Amino acid sequence: MTEQKDRELYRWLRLIREFEGRISTLDKQGKLMGGVYSGKGQEAVTVGFCHDLRWDDWIFPLHRDLGAYLVKGADPKRLMAQIFGKRDGFAKGKDSYLHGGDLPNGIFGATSCLGATLPVAAGMAYKFKVRKEDRVAVAFFGEGASSRGDVHEAMNFAGVHKLPVIFVCENNFYAYSTPNELQFAVDNVADRAVGYGFKGEVVNGNDLHAVMKTAGKAIDRARKGDGPTLVECKTYRYHGHSEHDRADYRSEEEVITWESRDPIFLWEIYLEKRKYDIAAIRKETSEEVTRIVEEAVAFAEASPFPDGPEAMGDLYAMPIDTEAP
Amino acid sequence: MLVTYIEAIRQAMDEEMERDGNVLLMGEDVGVLGGAFKASAGLQEKHGADRVVDMPISESLIVGAGVGLAVQGMRPILEMQFIDFIACGFDQIVNTAATLRYRHGGQTACPIVIRGPSGGGVHGGLYHSQNPEAWFCHVPGLKVVAPATAYDAKGLLKAAIRDDDPVIYFEHKFLYRRIKEEIPAEEYVVPIGKAALRKEGRDLTVITYSSPVHAVMKAARDMAAEVDIEVIDLRTLLPIDWATVMGSVRKTGKVLIVHEARLTGGIGGEVAARIARDCFEDLDGPVMRLAARDVHTPFAPAMEEYVLPNQEKITEAIRKLAAY
Repeated sequence: MTEQKDRELYRWLRLIREFEGRISTLDKQGKLMGGVYSGKGQEAVTVGFCHDLRWDDWIFPLHRDLGAYLVKGADPKRLMAQIFGKRDGFAKGKDSYLHGGDLPNGIFGATSCLGATLPVAAGMAYKFKVRKEDRVAVAFFGEGASSRGDVHEAMNFAGVHKLPVIFVCENNFYAYSTPNELQFAVDNVADRAVGYGFKGEVVNGNDLHAVMKTAGKAIDRARKGDGPTLVECKTYRYHGHSEHDRADYRSEEEVITWESRDPIFLWEIYLEKRKYDIAAIRKETSEEVTRIVEEAVAFAEASPFPDGPEAMGDLYAMPIDTEAP
Repeated sequence: MLVTYIEAIRQAMDEEMERDGNVLLMGEDVGVLGGAFKASAGLQEKHGADRVVDMPISESLIVGAGVGLAVQGMRPILEMQFIDFIACGFDQIVNTAATLRYRHGGQTACPIVIRGPSGGGVHGGLYHSQNPEAWFCHVPGLKVVAPATAYDAKGLLKAAIRDDDPVIYFEHKFLYRRIKEEIPAEEYVVPIGKAALRKEGRDLTVITYSSPVHAVMKAARDMAAEVDIEVIDLRTLLPIDWATVMGSVRKTGKVLIVHEARLTGGIGGEVAARIARDCFEDLDGPVMRLAARDVHTPFAPAMEEYVLPNQEKITEAIRKLAAY
């Protein structure tokens, strides 16, 4: 990889960390409403899968993949307004967090029913295939969602038609509080791929190099018409399921162990090995990401909340008769 | 041309697929077999396996995939082999499809049609007789239609396919081959949201939809000497054509609502509540309802007859209302 790309990837990792860090702070300050789902610690997965996608490819992020939005091209200002529930967010305040996608950038908004985006991704990939468009769909899901029927139904269909879709399992070892061993009896979620007739791969989700290498192969395979891949990224979320979850169900030692494998830390070691001027890169990147996040927060704070009656908009193509209470 | 109700459905899909290359049909056994009831007979041969797609037994996937296609500007028709199985796709309908436009702040339409055979009277038992339309009338973002005639079956399906919102289309399997009528050879659509005045009358209004429309019409004819009945076929259950409903009730002052779905939580309750408020001064009797008993649709003939509305029960209910 070129120095430019190495630095660009670093910038994305740092921007996501800064963006989510600020959201956690705003949440603690009581400036945000509703649930906040931090992906801190999982940045290499979203950067690794989204960075080399084309603008006309589609992603289906899971609830803590805010980073995927940024890398795929969502405007940080509008994304922050979305988190605030403001009118300039993608959902225009109708829902917050990642329920409102940014469709012109190929980002689909998820529901709270985990894994439910996988059938949607498969359907879209079916269109790419039959219309002979060399586009791909990337669907993210957690290892907890892997227990849902939708995940099975989508993978089964994708296997039957060799669809251009990549299923990315972010295994962060806890579905809210439930550990892997109470979620499934196999060693790896990716082991199930054989049951769907395509390849499954396990990768260290904190190692951006490893993620990008595996993602690149899977995306190529899909784009060339060679069908889906199930990639399981072993990673870790530093925060609880949401910000109010203290995550007492895991040990301090475990958290410290994973912090020593931090994806940004690992990438900085790599940059140092490449003999780049890491001190200068770090300083320059810090300034840039801080500025972007500052601007996003300022924009979101200035954006108006929608008025009450706006609740009735965007329900149908043409408004229908709705009853006053 | 003379067509059955199911042939009207087949024609609507065929013509829409021919008119618009973005229309496609997905469902279990819809392709090679042409559907369990032959609603899509010959369509795969004509339009190709890419557009008439035999799906795995995965109702949730079928609906979810339809949403993915819709976001790409396609117009999928999604068949539930029996409408009873729509429960397996419930989450994708109410949480993914119905909220799609709303939670994306209007960035996208969701032009999908979910259709399939509903209804009893065919000894189908618990899982081939259901009328679950009320579940979906409670969900904002959806439209719900239930045609009673071959004319409407074709026209409403065409309107549903062209609609930019998710439409649940309940066809009644009892009518599939029992209804045969002349429909125009030329192109037409039946707009969603418009009820049909099936028969004018002065004494009382019967509001109904789907299969019971035929029994109500028979009652209106048979009882003509004793009572002059007005018959409204709702056709669309979400949104309901309130103007037609209220206009009729204001005229006759008496109203009976008849549906095959069970009573409690059914469409009739919503219709009755609105009439009670908007037509209070016009009413000359209680707003009455005739529906299935609050139990599952049983298999054995005498039990099914006991549970579902029939000709006799309709006649009896009309007499009771007329006596006020």
